[in-house]
Amino acid sequence: MSSPPVTGPAEAPQRLGGPGPARFRPRRTPPAGTVRPRRRGPLSYWRQYLAISPFYLIFAAFSFFPVFYSLYLAFQRWDGMGDMQFVGLQQFRFLWSDPVFWLSIRNTLVIWVLSTVPTLFGALMLATLLHSVRRFKGFYRIALYVPNVTSIVAVAIFFGAVFSNNFGLVNAILGMVGISPIPWLSNPWLIKVVISLLMTWQWTGYNMIIYLAGLQAIPTSIYEAAKMDGAGPIRTFFQITIPIMRPIILFTVVISTINGLQSFSEPQVLFASNAANANLGGPGQAGLTTLLYFYQSAFLNNDYGYGAAIVWAFFVLIIVLVAVNWRITQRGRKP
Amino acid sequence: MTAVDTAPPATSGRRLRRPRGLTAHIILIVAVLISVFPFAWTIVMATNTTQDIYKSPPKFTFGSHLLENIRHVLNTIDFFGSMLNTIIVACVTTALVLFIDSLAAFTFAKFDFPGRKLLFGTLLLFMMLPLQLAILPQFILMSKIGWVGMLKALALPSLANAFGIFWLHQYIQNGVPDELLDAARIDGAGFFRQYWNIALPMIRPAMSFLAIYAFVNCWNDYIWPLVVLTNPDHVTLQVELAQLNVGHTTDYSMVMAGVLMAALPLVVVFSIFARGFIAGATEGAVQGA
Repeated sequence: MSSPPVTGPAEAPQRLGGPGPARFRPRRTPPAGTVRPRRRGPLSYWRQYLAISPFYLIFAAFSFFPVFYSLYLAFQRWDGMGDMQFVGLQQFRFLWSDPVFWLSIRNTLVIWVLSTVPTLFGALMLATLLHSVRRFKGFYRIALYVPNVTSIVAVAIFFGAVFSNNFGLVNAILGMVGISPIPWLSNPWLIKVVISLLMTWQWTGYNMIIYLAGLQAIPTSIYEAAKMDGAGPIRTFFQITIPIMRPIILFTVVISTINGLQSFSEPQVLFASNAANANLGGPGQAGLTTLLYFYQSAFLNNDYGYGAAIVWAFFVLIIVLVAVNWRITQRGRKP
Repeated sequence: MTAVDTAPPATSGRRLRRPRGLTAHIILIVAVLISVFPFAWTIVMATNTTQDIYKSPPKFTFGSHLLENIRHVLNTIDFFGSMLNTIIVACVTTALVLFIDSLAAFTFAKFDFPGRKLLFGTLLLFMMLPLQLAILPQFILMSKIGWVGMLKALALPSLANAFGIFWLHQYIQNGVPDELLDAARIDGAGFFRQYWNIALPMIRPAMSFLAIYAFVNCWNDYIWPLVVLTNPDHVTLQVELAQLNVGHTTDYSMVMAGVLMAALPLVVVFSIFARGFIAGATEGAVQGA
């Protein structure tokens, strides 16, 4: 290390701001009186590399490598014990003709739509209202966010109790007004409705907070100008608020797509108590999401190759859906 | 919080003063009731007997059987043991995530080095990778190194938290002035000292948000502990709770007492830190979107 003792070797990188890529760190100007060190090779940045290395090492070992190893597994037949056997595309061919896989995809998509749409609309509405009121803001924000910090297992058990066919609160209340019990947890559609309600309950507050942050960032002068031009609150909302919020809405749509498609714990816990259908997603497998099907194939049937094929097919689906959503949300940007 | 208080009444101006504000409050209060109702009803169920819950119509008021139900929970499952497991894993994970992520974020935000852009770009890509893809090989990996069933198998994969780095990076870029780091450098502070003595104290709000975020995620994680903790006597709270639900469908009030005991600590912790947490969350969302 040949750098002057006043500055020490670690700060060499910033000093490059001058002669090096100025667009990179334009604000870094060396303080007067220091000697500017010479340009150095990558090895002199060892402190920086060391500082970021833990993340990359752990990520490489426990995320990056596994993700691609599962792609390798998808071309094998393996029960986790014996020898692996290369089977080519056989797992994917089987997947293509497996009705249960397609059922799980349908279930996942239906649950995703039924939960994401009300969640995002509700969140946007609540955020707008919350932005317009002046009192109790902090209280509302905290009270509406609490569902998101509650564990899914606890929430799923609660929903299972409340929507229970025979003794649940919902059917009891319906019974009091003379409506016969509704089979919430055995009708294929109602099962999805209950799971979606659960997810809506849990995620509306989260998205509301994000929208609220976006609303607060919109300068008020825009609204004043709109008001002067005679725009009413509805028109202001659709022609000013929504267009400005578009990037944030896009962000929430992507996050909700990734989260919503990964529903696993909800059906797993809701229907785990039914011993005959354990882990199968309830009566008629109506609550069998793709991730749950993966769990069943890989960890209950010990069919590692098929499990890997399921998650990879599922990953492709997520990418397609995120891309489609992106396109839809981007459209109309320049009308 | 100042942002809230000074938020100008742009949408609630002169024209829509009284009646509109009232409607907004009514809708918001209804929403709050919906979001709080499950907690109230869980308490009702946990304080009554199973017979009271199964009655038609059920009992709608708080009962007096809470202690009895809690005793049943403690007799049925190793509640405090699994809670201790969860607390250990959550605390270790949170502490390490905070250190790893803040150090990396500080480096990315304030230093220029070859490959910086590329490495940070891949980080953003990593955030998109659904980690479910990795569960199966992670499990195989853990069984290869003999960690299946052990608590350390829980913590390790979640230490690579790309979101935390990204989020702290945004915060450090604006929140830690370069002049201060320059001054410290002139005074002879090296790389680690700049991080530890200058940057770290300045990013406390962002760190407290990340801490709660990581802790809550770890506490509520279900699929990975379910997969990797194969020994039924040595699991986390969530897995234990799910098992309680499976095995004892006939004793609903006891299950609900368990739900209450498992969910409440986190809600209390959250409510205490909520102000800072939500302020932090909103800052990150705006910058990140």
